[in-house]
Amino acid sequence: MSEVAAIKKVTEHSPEEIEKVKNWINTEEYKEKNFERTALVVNPAHACQPLGAQMVATSFEGALPFVHGSQGCASYFRSTFSRHYREPAAATCDAMTEDGAVFGGQNNLFEGLENAYALYKPKMIPVFTTCMPEVIGDDLTAFIKNAKIQGHLPEEVLTPYANTPSFNGTHIHGYDAMLKSILQTLTEGQSIEGKCTGKLNIIPGFDGNVGNLREYKRICELMGIPYTMLADSSDVFDSGCDGEYKLYPGGTKLEDAAESVNGKATLSLQKYSTLTTMKWIEAEFTGEKALLPMPFGVKKTDELILKLSELFDKPVPQQLKQERALAVDAMTDAQQYLHGRKFAVAGDPDYLLGIVSFLLEMGARPWHVLCSRATKKFKKEMDALLESSPFGEGCTCYINKDLWHMRSLLVTDPVDGIIGDTHAKWAARDAKIPLFRIGFPIIDRVNLHRSPWVGYTGAVNMLTMIANKFLDIKDETCEDQWFEMMR
Amino acid sequence: MAERKPIKGVTIEGTEKLIAETLAEMPEKAAKKRAPHLGANEPTASPCAVKSNKKVVPGVMSQRGCAYAGAKGVVWGPIRDMVHVSHGPIGCGVYSWGTRRNLMQGVPGVTSFPMDFTSDFQERDIVYGGDIKLEKLLKEADELFPLNKGMSILSECPVGLIGDDINAVAKKMEKELDKLVVPCNCEGFRGVSQSLGHHISNDSIRDHIIGKYEFTETAGPYDVALIGDYNIGGDVWAAKPILEEIGLNVKSVWTGDGEVEKIAATHTVKLNLIHCYRSMNYMCKVMEEKWGIPWLEYNFFGPTKIEESLRAIGELFDDKIKKNVEKVIKKYRKEMDEVVAEYRPRLNGKTAMLFVGGLRPRHTIGAYEDLGIQITGAGYEFAHQDDYDRTAPEMAKGTLIYDDVSEFELEKFVEELKPDLVGSGIKEKYVFQKAGIPFRQMHSWDYSGPYHGYEGFKIFARDIDMAINSPTWGLVKSPF
Repeated sequence: MSEVAAIKKVTEHSPEEIEKVKNWINTEEYKEKNFERTALVVNPAHACQPLGAQMVATSFEGALPFVHGSQGCASYFRSTFSRHYREPAAATCDAMTEDGAVFGGQNNLFEGLENAYALYKPKMIPVFTTCMPEVIGDDLTAFIKNAKIQGHLPEEVLTPYANTPSFNGTHIHGYDAMLKSILQTLTEGQSIEGKCTGKLNIIPGFDGNVGNLREYKRICELMGIPYTMLADSSDVFDSGCDGEYKLYPGGTKLEDAAESVNGKATLSLQKYSTLTTMKWIEAEFTGEKALLPMPFGVKKTDELILKLSELFDKPVPQQLKQERALAVDAMTDAQQYLHGRKFAVAGDPDYLLGIVSFLLEMGARPWHVLCSRATKKFKKEMDALLESSPFGEGCTCYINKDLWHMRSLLVTDPVDGIIGDTHAKWAARDAKIPLFRIGFPIIDRVNLHRSPWVGYTGAVNMLTMIANKFLDIKDETCEDQWFEMMR
Repeated sequence: MAERKPIKGVTIEGTEKLIAETLAEMPEKAAKKRAPHLGANEPTASPCAVKSNKKVVPGVMSQRGCAYAGAKGVVWGPIRDMVHVSHGPIGCGVYSWGTRRNLMQGVPGVTSFPMDFTSDFQERDIVYGGDIKLEKLLKEADELFPLNKGMSILSECPVGLIGDDINAVAKKMEKELDKLVVPCNCEGFRGVSQSLGHHISNDSIRDHIIGKYEFTETAGPYDVALIGDYNIGGDVWAAKPILEEIGLNVKSVWTGDGEVEKIAATHTVKLNLIHCYRSMNYMCKVMEEKWGIPWLEYNFFGPTKIEESLRAIGELFDDKIKKNVEKVIKKYRKEMDEVVAEYRPRLNGKTAMLFVGGLRPRHTIGAYEDLGIQITGAGYEFAHQDDYDRTAPEMAKGTLIYDDVSEFELEKFVEELKPDLVGSGIKEKYVFQKAGIPFRQMHSWDYSGPYHGYEGFKIFARDIDMAINSPTWGLVKSPF
């Protein structure tokens, strides 16, 4: 280095200076500046495509996710799932390094597939990519074909694969791409003219709550509807402890997935995480296809039940009628604790639509709705939902903004609570409001991924959590003269 | 150092047989690659026969991370007053946001930045390059976070592949913003593990930080720096007070709860005390060569090692410090004896297997032994030969050493050795807990800590006892 800079003295910020900035970041002026940024992203509320791909890849019976790319990515995905579910999250990786960057990752893939198959004996190895092979342009189609031709992997081992570049979309798009690929692989040649399995294919979408998936299944069972869940992560990411570790504890059965193409109907409960899959299903699958919003709250659950009833010509069973009544009972009893309360909500598009719908029917007021990566189409749909209720008035939906934007919103235009995943805890703390953890990942509380938020049961769960938290806060913070026995 | 007592049932032959059986189940090529990384311990062998720091064998399910993880997660992330930019696509920054537990003081978003700053690369950035965006975002960050003391630019995989020049951007912006702006070419595909990320980061500190600042106070004879303590679960806050109690002046901490200007002024200290040798030895060596600063490895896990370390540190100073060392040892001895008296009866004779990053398996052995627990197997994700050489004498003869162990291998080893505890990471935790084996995360202290120093040992002892003796394990076997 030719330039020799002068040595500076270590400095300390003065308390006044700190106080000044501390106050400044809570101002309207700061908010404006914050919203002006175009290059910097701070505290985003989404992850990258391959994470979503892994959620699907692990949700089929005997399937071992295989990451084509850098080793570190695989470890990040596995860690994220294990922290959220407190469960093992097996996935292999072909660990590309510098030479892979130069020569491509074909040799890594060969060796990786050979070892993964020999050591873990999977029935299926779904392959998906990190950004490294995407940038250098690895040809997965050719690589995987070659791997089988050259004997690195038996022909019969299924190897669906998806390109899941991290510099495009989010985890929900990786979910979509991998799901489509697996279904393409499993249903290939299975379509039989005139055959109908009589079953419902139900697609939950990217959902970190195994309780939701189980609630869908329970509803189908109550209605007497045979179903195949595509893809079913519930037993994979919520398995029992009985003294024996099982590498493949559950997932959608491959033969069930294979015959899904001849199903009576296919229903996706997350529009935005299944866009390409549903488009493909529309063209390839027999039977009816339907796309419904996630059944958060009573109305959206009603929609689901009615749709199921209509598709399968089944009456709504007494138990569901009673569950609905019980949920409505709970909601009318407790509406006073939520009515008029303002909420901020951050998360994935389908979750946001569901949560906002629930808030509206409770008489609560969604106020700041934020999706850190979404399309204008989503915003339009959210705006329409908000306009459908007087309680949606005054709410703004922000797309492609992050949780640092959200912080500015919370401190300049306060609300009573925020709903989102664990990452929202910083903004919630700064705004001194409770965070209701609904989303993915939740890595600082236990078991929240086990109780459903969807269905009538889920509505009661959500209501209970929110209302009681507000009551806790009141009891914990009120002055003595306002502390009382009943609430 | 006296050789460890042999462990009942652990022999070189038995261990070698286990390794051979495990390798026999692997494809030939993989077995051949993996064989040098597994071995039965010979405490006196130097160098240790187990090979390390080689490429991951594809497909075996390694637990390793990448260079970016080593740079952002380990070295840079803990520096509290800098804005650390994860430069590239969205994922890396999100996954490494708040997931290492390097706690920090300060006002979040004002004077400390436990946040995720990223350039969130899109397709167009891959095609047209991200340098202009980087320049812009650094300006935006400086405007929105004016009290930052500098910025680091941590490259993710695509950056190095598309030929961006973050070094040029950093140089330009350092001048323009009149603040430290440090480029770190730590793309995840570089090297074989987190380890290269540590090395690259050390080099960045050497090239862009060290020597640029000096302390306002005049240098004193007891000025030291604490190197390689990342303040996991508050470790620094348990370790630093001990050094201060013996009369030393801790001028800077690398990098847990660290302040970058103090790190930049470290070249004026008298001694570098290094805890995590693996991740920071490079800079100790640089400071030794360039400024003649000696360095000493120390170990603050468990009273035996703390006392040993304090005396070794005292040896490098005058009688005043030596006397203080004895005073401090005496002061805490009673408390430590009480901790041991409480927990050792319930833990004595138990065994544990460890698999952590590059330091802790060998460093925590003493703390386990203080509680009466013997270590039957140990290994590292990303250690090098010098780490294994330091490990062999700490382990009993015939115990199992494994480098970059795969899930397949570790499962076999644990199944055979049946330890009472496995200490490893989040990815391994639930695999073993499903099998009914008590487990503690030894990267993150399992959301507990600190584990360093006297304060830390109390918590460590409580946690290990809690893990092994939890009544919940008694419920695993169903009566029907």
